[in-house]
Amino acid sequence: MQKRVVFRNRWLPYMLVAPQIAVTLVFFIWPSYRALETSLFIEDAFGFSRQFVWFDNFTALFADPSYIASFGRTLLFGLSVTALSMGIALALAVAANRVIHTATAYRTFLIWPYAVAPALAGVLWFFMMNPTVGIVAWWLEQWFGYDWNHYVNGNQAMIMVTIAAAWKQISYNFLFFLAGLQSIPKSLIEAAAIDRAGPVRRFWTIVFPLLAPTTFFLLVVNLVYAFFDTFAIIHATTSGGPADATSILIYKVFATGFLGQDYGSSAAQSVILMIMVIGMTIVQFRYIDRRVNY
Amino acid sequence: MTFKIIAAATAASVLAFAAHAQDRTEIQFWHAMGGALGERVDQFATDFNAMQDTYEVVAVYQGNYTETMTAAIAAFRAGQQPHIVQVFEVGTATMMSAAENGAVYPVHQLMEDTGTAFDEANYIPAVISYYSDTDGNLLSLPFNSSTPVLWYNRTLFEENGLEVPTTWDEVIEVSRALKDAGVASPFGMGWQSWTQIETFSAWHDLQIGTLENGFGGLETELTINNPGVVNHIQRLADMADEGLFTYGGRRGDSAPMFVNGDTAMWINSSAYYGDFVRDITEFEFGIAPLPLDTDLRDAPQNSIIGGATLWVLQGGETVEYQGVAEFLAFLSSAEQQADWAGSTGYVPITTESYELMTEQGFFEENPGTDTAIIQLSLNEPTANSRGLRFGNFVQIRDIINEELESVWSGQATAEEALNAAVQRGNAELRRFEAAN
Repeated sequence: MQKRVVFRNRWLPYMLVAPQIAVTLVFFIWPSYRALETSLFIEDAFGFSRQFVWFDNFTALFADPSYIASFGRTLLFGLSVTALSMGIALALAVAANRVIHTATAYRTFLIWPYAVAPALAGVLWFFMMNPTVGIVAWWLEQWFGYDWNHYVNGNQAMIMVTIAAAWKQISYNFLFFLAGLQSIPKSLIEAAAIDRAGPVRRFWTIVFPLLAPTTFFLLVVNLVYAFFDTFAIIHATTSGGPADATSILIYKVFATGFLGQDYGSSAAQSVILMIMVIGMTIVQFRYIDRRVNY
Repeated sequence: MTFKIIAAATAASVLAFAAHAQDRTEIQFWHAMGGALGERVDQFATDFNAMQDTYEVVAVYQGNYTETMTAAIAAFRAGQQPHIVQVFEVGTATMMSAAENGAVYPVHQLMEDTGTAFDEANYIPAVISYYSDTDGNLLSLPFNSSTPVLWYNRTLFEENGLEVPTTWDEVIEVSRALKDAGVASPFGMGWQSWTQIETFSAWHDLQIGTLENGFGGLETELTINNPGVVNHIQRLADMADEGLFTYGGRRGDSAPMFVNGDTAMWINSSAYYGDFVRDITEFEFGIAPLPLDTDLRDAPQNSIIGGATLWVLQGGETVEYQGVAEFLAFLSSAEQQADWAGSTGYVPITTESYELMTEQGFFEENPGTDTAIIQLSLNEPTANSRGLRFGNFVQIRDIINEELESVWSGQATAEEALNAAVQRGNAELRRFEAAN
């Protein structure tokens, strides 16, 4: 038998959800609406003149080859950052999970980088890889005879920002992977060990599938991070250069709006990003989520 | 009892302090000078506040140039604007169109309305022409102005018996000699659009954009794909191929290469003087005028300025603007300017302050420090060399950066890159025209 609770007062239920609705309206719906609206206008920086131009901001963007090229670059960057940070984090988590002595100390150290602000992470790697004064660039030159100059070489610049962005996210992923690993029942692993399955086989047949919910969650979080949260790293290191090589979509939104004061184009770019996020989320939850067993 | 006395005393002093603060009219001054420069700017405010007791100038650091400008614009849109804001030269066109809409209190008008003594003739022409309207009226007050100069490693030059180059042909010759002597990357430069395109054009009297480099109207178009500039960029690209020039990044990112001796000739702002005096200890550095391309001209025209000016925003009380005018007059006084220019490498903006520095013997004691001002006042500026005024110039500078970087990395020739820069830059100019 189902027990139903009915509100006597007609207004009480609305009052109870009102704070949540207000927060959503003020902080999510209203800004999104403003972005949609602004994307249809061209306006000057001080806001004196404002003209409705239909979809001119969008057509101008898609007529710009550097904007089109930015899509591929963003995808490459997002996937590399996600793969790199999740791969390393998983390896570290598996290793840390096996440590018995001073395990807490290891884990604490591995979590530290997460406390570093993205811009700082960028600057840190920027200094280490600086062709003139950086230690990494010097090592590459001394030991491998490799000429590192990310000011000229776009691929090297991309590698640098990818490493900086991934490094910062490793700790976060590590934390979740470690928690995931610890929730896997010991009995399953022990049973497999008795059946003479080696550590590698145990990992792929038992641990990895059971980690799938964590991995899926991290995949979403990492992709969102790489696509939308990394402009500070790029702003602090390469400013999108050299020759546009590291200018990903979110950096372009920032540069056009906040550096260039072209609000119409910036809003149009964020609308395009908004559509991409919606698409990405649908794909992830419809197709990938079904394959994950919780 | 004691407690009551203390409480009463505290309340009284708080009231007294509040009354004191209220006595003075507050003037908000937003600037973009961090570090040692920022301390010097705070000093201007402190000195001014100590000098009189009617106004209180509050100097607020708002981040770098773009951040300060964005903050001021956002504040204006919210009706919370400061009285004075420091805007870099790239933002001039945006401020200029704001001036047409009445957001800006033009400096010449402010001085007139408040009856403050102000003689435009006293300012160095190449400095104020950049910030004047088409009738020659000054709209914003030049504060920190610099110009590109050739920095060179005097010790290396002397050791190898080399003369400082005056032409680009000599730059190449000297670079080869230095390369043979083991200098990793003899030539370098920073702020490439400003030093190698904008200033190069002014120096050789080449047009940067139609309609007097944009001074004449918003319909302006870029002309930086002319043969003079194309040849120059190609020359730098060839130097890079030969190992004579290594691109070291945007803005001043390549400064460490000069400081650690990897680069022996470096073209960038004269305002590096303060930093170099502090950072360069292992060798002597020198300052020389920019090299000339003898295929283009027999003698240089004049160089153009970079840096920032102070814009006065509308929306305050009349009495506040009286204080703003007095503060601006204080900043441009000969003593203040001479001290500021001497410690930073920025150009003294008035002839009076230049003369004062000469009298004090500053230029004699520090040879080469007058290079910037000599370059700026070499000739009466022409329509091509007085500066430039393009809308969306923040984006256009970035486009130029991107296209030049594709030349340095060998993806494009100078001609292809500059054609692309003109095409993409003109699209930005048309957007700005549509918006204003």
